[in-house]
Amino acid sequence: MNRLQITCPDGIQKTMDMLYEDLAHRNAAAPEGNCPVEQTAALVKVCLSQSCGKCVPCRIGLDQMTKLMEKILDGFASMDDLVMLERTAKTVMDSSDCAIGAEAGRSVLACLEGAKDDFLTHIKEHHCTAEFQPVPCRRACPAHVDIPGYIALVKEGHFEDAVRLIRKDNPFPSSCALVCEHPCEERCRRSILDDAINIRGIKRVAVDCAGHVPAPECAPDTQKKVAIIGAGPSGLTAAYFLRLMGHSVTVYEQREKTGGMLRYGIPRYRLPDKYLDEDINVILSTGVELHTNTRIGETITLTELREKFDAVYISIGAHSYKNLGVDGQEAKGILSAVDLLRGIGDGNVPDFSGKNIVVVGGGNVAMDVTRTAKRLGANTVKCVYRRRKVDMTAQVEEVEGAIAEGCDIVPLMAPVRVETDENGYAIALIVQPQIPGEYANGRPKPVNANRPQERIPCDIIIGAIGQAIDSDGFMEEGVPTKWAKILSDKFCKIEGMEGVFAGGDCASGPSTAIRAIEAGKTAAGNIDTYLGFHSTLPKPPEVPKATHQARGAMGRINMVERTPSDRNDDFDIMEIGMTEEEARHECSRCLRCDHYGYGGFRGGREERWTKW
Amino acid sequence: MVKLTIDGKNVTVAEGTTILNAARSVGIKIPTLCYLKDINEIGACRVCIVEILGNENLCAACNTQAEDGMQVLTNSPRVREARRINIELILSTHNTNCTSCVRNGNCTLQSLCQDLNITDIPFEVSYRKKNWDKNQPLIRDREKCIKCMRCVSFCEKIQSLGVWDVLGTGPRTTVGLRGTRNLNDANCTLCGQCITHCPVGALHERDDTQKVLDAIANPDKIVIAQVAPAVRSAWGADAGLDEHLATVGRMVTALKGLGFDYVFDTDFAADLTIMEEGSELLERLQHKENYHWPMFTSCCPGWVRFLKYEFPEFMPNLSSAKSPQQMFGAIAKTWFAKQLNVEPEQICCVSIMPCVSKKYEADVPQVSDTKAKKDVDIVLTTRETSRMLRSSGICLEELGESSFDEPLGLGTGAGVIFGTTGGVMEAALRSAHYLVTGQNPHPDAFSMVRGMEGWKERIVQVGDVSLKIAVASGLGNARKLLHAIQSNKAQYDFVEIMACPGGCAGGGGQPITDGKELAAERGEALRHLDANASIRFSHENPFIGQLYEQFLEKPLSHQSHELLHTNQSEWDI
Repeated sequence: MNRLQITCPDGIQKTMDMLYEDLAHRNAAAPEGNCPVEQTAALVKVCLSQSCGKCVPCRIGLDQMTKLMEKILDGFASMDDLVMLERTAKTVMDSSDCAIGAEAGRSVLACLEGAKDDFLTHIKEHHCTAEFQPVPCRRACPAHVDIPGYIALVKEGHFEDAVRLIRKDNPFPSSCALVCEHPCEERCRRSILDDAINIRGIKRVAVDCAGHVPAPECAPDTQKKVAIIGAGPSGLTAAYFLRLMGHSVTVYEQREKTGGMLRYGIPRYRLPDKYLDEDINVILSTGVELHTNTRIGETITLTELREKFDAVYISIGAHSYKNLGVDGQEAKGILSAVDLLRGIGDGNVPDFSGKNIVVVGGGNVAMDVTRTAKRLGANTVKCVYRRRKVDMTAQVEEVEGAIAEGCDIVPLMAPVRVETDENGYAIALIVQPQIPGEYANGRPKPVNANRPQERIPCDIIIGAIGQAIDSDGFMEEGVPTKWAKILSDKFCKIEGMEGVFAGGDCASGPSTAIRAIEAGKTAAGNIDTYLGFHSTLPKPPEVPKATHQARGAMGRINMVERTPSDRNDDFDIMEIGMTEEEARHECSRCLRCDHYGYGGFRGGREERWTKW
Repeated sequence: MVKLTIDGKNVTVAEGTTILNAARSVGIKIPTLCYLKDINEIGACRVCIVEILGNENLCAACNTQAEDGMQVLTNSPRVREARRINIELILSTHNTNCTSCVRNGNCTLQSLCQDLNITDIPFEVSYRKKNWDKNQPLIRDREKCIKCMRCVSFCEKIQSLGVWDVLGTGPRTTVGLRGTRNLNDANCTLCGQCITHCPVGALHERDDTQKVLDAIANPDKIVIAQVAPAVRSAWGADAGLDEHLATVGRMVTALKGLGFDYVFDTDFAADLTIMEEGSELLERLQHKENYHWPMFTSCCPGWVRFLKYEFPEFMPNLSSAKSPQQMFGAIAKTWFAKQLNVEPEQICCVSIMPCVSKKYEADVPQVSDTKAKKDVDIVLTTRETSRMLRSSGICLEELGESSFDEPLGLGTGAGVIFGTTGGVMEAALRSAHYLVTGQNPHPDAFSMVRGMEGWKERIVQVGDVSLKIAVASGLGNARKLLHAIQSNKAQYDFVEIMACPGGCAGGGGQPITDGKELAAERGEALRHLDANASIRFSHENPFIGQLYEQFLEKPLSHQSHELLHTNQSEWDI
């Protein structure tokens, strides 16, 4: 007789593991616009399938909840049923013996709260509010770029048309090809079967191979004049589309150069001037009048602009910074990330040779300055962050890239004070070790660990803990603000200020380039309507018809960078683009959701801007 | 060109051709269900699936392009199995109560099952019921809907309306009215094109045949029929009659056999419409400043509903002339009732129409002007009429020919072409020419307005007046035309619009032949009747002359205005 045996996964367990993996893939690619009630019911069913059956709330409660939701879905439920569902979910959450039941109850309560309207519509109107979104990438792209369309064009080698198609919705194809955070890839249907398409990589191939693609012709002059404040991605996007619609556009920029945060916030090794200038030159070639070194409130006021122009778009970005908020923050040798990057943008490149640098923060900007500091010759660069590494909001590849280049990430350390020498120079950052605590807003809140403070010696401390908006001047001229953010609605309109629109970082708070572009596009469309027009843009190129699908799992081609030791001391472009062979491979993985699935029925392709 | 093989046959087709069309080009028929050429090529039903050698999954032939070197199998074991299961799955959510279905014998799903030898449903059958107001002219039967989305696509793409929408997701996905639960709030014009493009019995008109049979059985009623022009081009199809036997004379005999006391011709009223509408056009031209331009024809109630819902600002442009159906009812219950010396209520006026919207029009309270409650009592579609004929046991093949009764049964060639796009325009121009010059033009002088183009514009010479006219059919084309007028990109004097593509010959009440658009063919038949008619000018219809002499006095007279004109703006919707 054997008393014990070693565990080895049998065939069934292997299959189950595969199944769970499939489920994870599928959830990752869940399309937008599914029925919330249906999804909640499906989740409870999955939870129920995991119930051991011992305890009442889980075994019976989840089953009854499923039945109640089926009734709601069938349109036969009353408000009493909804109340019963809520009470049951609460009881399951409160009284289950283990997490299998309790968490299911919690999820349902969260859905009842978050998707309340949909539950109510099912009961009162007997239908669903859901609107299935056929093309996940285009839906997820804030500018709603026709992604399957340009992938198909790149696949056929029609790179110039691909650029033209992108520009229909986003006049920054070159810049986005390098720095876009590609939210489009998040729900790519391809990830049901292997991985998302490398969409940004394909875009880079398009712009690299297309070379210079001139702007289309503008519509005849409408005699309307629009002023735009700020020549960042949002302002220039609005300028481009308004010019194509035939309105005359004047852009005011407080700095010497255009590009906003794309030039003054993003290091050149990620976005060389060549790429940014290509986009901006095309935008300006449409006939935009540009005034640089012009700060509104100094040479010209907003009130004057409103008198002189038919509409004004404020897109000043978020170019101020937040202080470290610790004792000694005024010490010499303490910089803000915004100032450092802006200085470099204007050509003032400091020398950090031999210096030990501490960067404070965990976002993309923190990574930008960490890696920039390394390239400026720093001896050591330590990025101090008060949460865990996985909680960093910077993109994973940025963090990994910084580490590979020889920078250190020092997680779970909260800055306490700056230690200075007798001359007032920072010589160390004193930090308090942290441990992760309870969750708040989706990630654990760090709390002080029961450990002594530590001392991180350094010569320079760079704060990258957030940007701020310099909106005081506008507030004085009557623009409504809240915590320095300019208050505009989802149509970029400012309530109570006829003809004044605002968008981008200054309205949303610091965000991504593509979000700023979205705001610029939205503002352009709504300004055109405000001016009494329903302008259309030049017809986009034809998209090749979909060929039959290749649905066998096939590896994704990831972007490759110059080796860390090769790149960590210069500002030359870091990323190596795909070869045309790789691009063809990647394009052939596209499932063409514009043609297959719901997109083949409707919504696969919109030649004109539509409401999203 | 691309070269491929389909079932071993070499095929060469132009780039962009679908596998379905490539197969058809060499005589290989791939079965389809949701497919509607150019309109609904969405690969939803998965019946037209084919196997492409080397490809992991099967493809829908209707929306997959033929590619060079493809080896396609349309009938492999894998394809047959998947096709069968997919149809069985459709059947599991479909009310297969075929015997009492309006589409029994003319159902694409039914014939697919026959063709593919499907004799059993291995799945549990369950379908969801939903109540629909059975008093509406248009009825949707949710139990029969197979979610092919054809109605959604047709309404959206061809009629530019989008009355139908896909509702919900997942297993409860269904088709329903967009954004409302009430047909009257859905901007539906009742054109009925969704019915004629439904492959199954999920959409149909309200069946009013019993009302007609009851009236015929009532000895106190004088039941008269008026037959619209386009009906004669299609009436035999559903009755199973060979085309060469489906003559106008046999149709009249058959209707008499049903028990109608008089069988009249809407063509007569079409001639009357020309007199009134043509005179109205000339009156408007003489006092241009008093009117909105262009003048629109008003005989299509689908078009009237469209304007009321979507472009109310254009309502003053509509001719005030009633449609031939309503003019007929008004005259039948006045002039003709007087001839018979009976009260108008004693007459039951039944109209046989290629149209669903006419059921609405006859029910509009503001359109009836005689002492009777309704000028037109009951409206039957061509399809209902065929069903009534079949149910009455008349052996159509053996019937002889009869003529329409007098006086309301005499119509001219100008009246008969009302049933095809451009016909009203042509008939109006023929008589307008006479009214302006005092002389008849050559009957084919205005043939330039003929043809199946969706939106035509021409400059025509009527005497010394040069008119810019337009003809459009299909509401998508009508919308484009109105947008062009709104943005000053087009300017016309007179415009004919029909809601159904190709005009009434392609009407929503006509017999259904899935996969074939027959408006052109049927329109040709009407043109042929016109060409061979002894009278080809509305103003030469002798009974029209008599009607004016004895009763109406002259076009646009007080009496005419009372009975033959209406204000469509006031119509209930």
